Amino acid sequence: MTTIAETRTKSLLYLDNVSVSFDGFKALNALSFVVEPGELRAIIGPNGAGKTTMMDIITGKTRPDTGAVLFEDSVDLTKKDEADISQLGIGRKFQKPTVFESHTVWDNLELALNRKRGVFATLFYTLTPEDQKRIEEILTTIRLTHRRGELAANLSHGQKQWLEIGMLLAQEPKLLLVDEPVAGMTDAETAETAILLKEIAKTRSVVVVEHDMGFIRDLGVKVTCLAEGSVLAEGSIDFVSSDPKVIENYLGR
Amino acid sequence: MITNFILRALDGKITLTVAILLVVAALVPALNLLTTPDSALHIPTYAMSLMGKYLCYALLALALDLVWGYCGILSLGHGAFFALGGYAMGMYLMRQIGSRGVYGNPELPDFMVFLNWKELPWFWYGFDWFPFAMLMVLVVPGLLAFVFGWFAFRSRVNGVYLSIITQAMTYALMLAFFRNDMGFGGNNGLTDFKDILGFPVQADGTRAVLFAMSAIMLSLCLLVASAITHSKFGKVLVGVRDAESRVRFLGFRVENIKLFTFVVSAMFAGIAGALFVPQVGIINPGEFAPANSIEVVVWTAVGGRGTLIGPIIGAILVNAGKSFFTGAFPEIWLFALGGLFIAVTLFLPKGIVGTIRQGWTSRKTLRAAADQEKGRGTALLPQAAE
Repeated sequence: MTTIAETRTKSLLYLDNVSVSFDGFKALNALSFVVEPGELRAIIGPNGAGKTTMMDIITGKTRPDTGAVLFEDSVDLTKKDEADISQLGIGRKFQKPTVFESHTVWDNLELALNRKRGVFATLFYTLTPEDQKRIEEILTTIRLTHRRGELAANLSHGQKQWLEIGMLLAQEPKLLLVDEPVAGMTDAETAETAILLKEIAKTRSVVVVEHDMGFIRDLGVKVTCLAEGSVLAEGSIDFVSSDPKVIENYLGR
Repeated sequence: MITNFILRALDGKITLTVAILLVVAALVPALNLLTTPDSALHIPTYAMSLMGKYLCYALLALALDLVWGYCGILSLGHGAFFALGGYAMGMYLMRQIGSRGVYGNPELPDFMVFLNWKELPWFWYGFDWFPFAMLMVLVVPGLLAFVFGWFAFRSRVNGVYLSIITQAMTYALMLAFFRNDMGFGGNNGLTDFKDILGFPVQADGTRAVLFAMSAIMLSLCLLVASAITHSKFGKVLVGVRDAESRVRFLGFRVENIKLFTFVVSAMFAGIAGALFVPQVGIINPGEFAPANSIEVVVWTAVGGRGTLIGPIIGAILVNAGKSFFTGAFPEIWLFALGGLFIAVTLFLPKGIVGTIRQGWTSRKTLRAAADQEKGRGTALLPQAAE
């Protein structure tokens, strides 16, 4: 596997002047935003700032009214749908943990595994030793080895979040979009998740949307603050959190 | 690869069900043909055909379970696929009548002579040849499901809206088939069949074979459904049912997954219809009635959706109940059916088989927990500590 530093592309994800409105409400207003290969980026911003809408646009769930969305400088994401974009290598974790509750932890990962996804390929699929090894690796990473045979429905909230992150890992994405991974987690789980995400970011780019400032401080990465559908400030956490506009719009005085 | 696919189908309960069905396929015809009417073990022909009818309904319910129980598509129009399979078989049987019809026309079925038609419409061509007719039993419902599903699933029609358009589909077909100029016998449908593959339809021997075929086809379709649901594809299906967007964001083409399942299910329903028609002796547009499709949903729900075996049991039980009630207390049957559906929804939301299975797993969990408790008890002893 080549490391991301060796790839030639300058940007992994490139949003330029993206706008979208729903019934007259401008959810995104001329948003421009670049993620570099191998980068771990945090996004903050008040409710309604357009964080989730931005993810919807990147993953093909919503089409922008105007603007360009490029993946690896070449692929126009606005022309693709969710399945295409996922196969290109963009994984997405939802705000509310979304796993297959009536499947076991193991089956959840098996389904997510980056293998052929056609009807007949899945009908005649048999688990190979290498796939088995890969699933076991992921189970270790997400600390769920001891619950592999358990139905996902029986996991705790935090474990479901991890399982979903594990499913994204199984997809082998180049870019991981993570929407509020620590919402509803205990402090210990939050700290574990920060470690987990930093580990993941060693081999791929990760974009994290989060409200928890302590968690973002733990990550120690470049922060983008969104408000009213565009970028308000960008930089280190200290730089962003001392910006008067950010304080007024988001952090509060 | 293929062997794995087939072997996976044979889980314990499925194998047992198939074994029972095959025994029934041999035993019932034997008791009909080899015993005399005064024997206590004798099964009269009408009863055998009635049971054959139940097996066709069971196959129809199985078909619905595949899309509803596993993929979450509540089709309220599965009766349409059943009826189309039935019409394909009916057309073959009509062509076999030949010059024995009332009007004695060797080429045209009676209703066409009656309508003053001079020649056979193009879409009746080939139906005098059994293999072609059997192919159409699969192709016609499959094609309708494909075209319907192509548009519906691609434009992401879901939930109630999808249910409503499936219902509209079967209703539209019913109205179309009621028209005489459609060329399918209009109001009266197709009936007065004489023979199938040269054997008289009414004869006990033919009836026995039709019954056995119903049981065998049901077993075969059960095995196919089991192989599908036990594969990785089957797990994806359940994923679509429980968290469709997750499946999509994992990179699966949900529309293709749904389309494949819908087409397979429609073909099952077509087979059921084709076996049904020679056993009841008629197919008419009434089979497209929306109420029929809704009844299938009731059978599936009663038996337990998402269990494969449940719908088979549900269809047989409800229809046996229907035969009994409509004979003994004809005026209360519809109330009984309605009451049954309400009772099942309230008290057995997982259906009969689902509830039994749930009881079974929770007992197993309890026992496992008890074992663990015991295990911990021994672990306290120094030599057992790990």
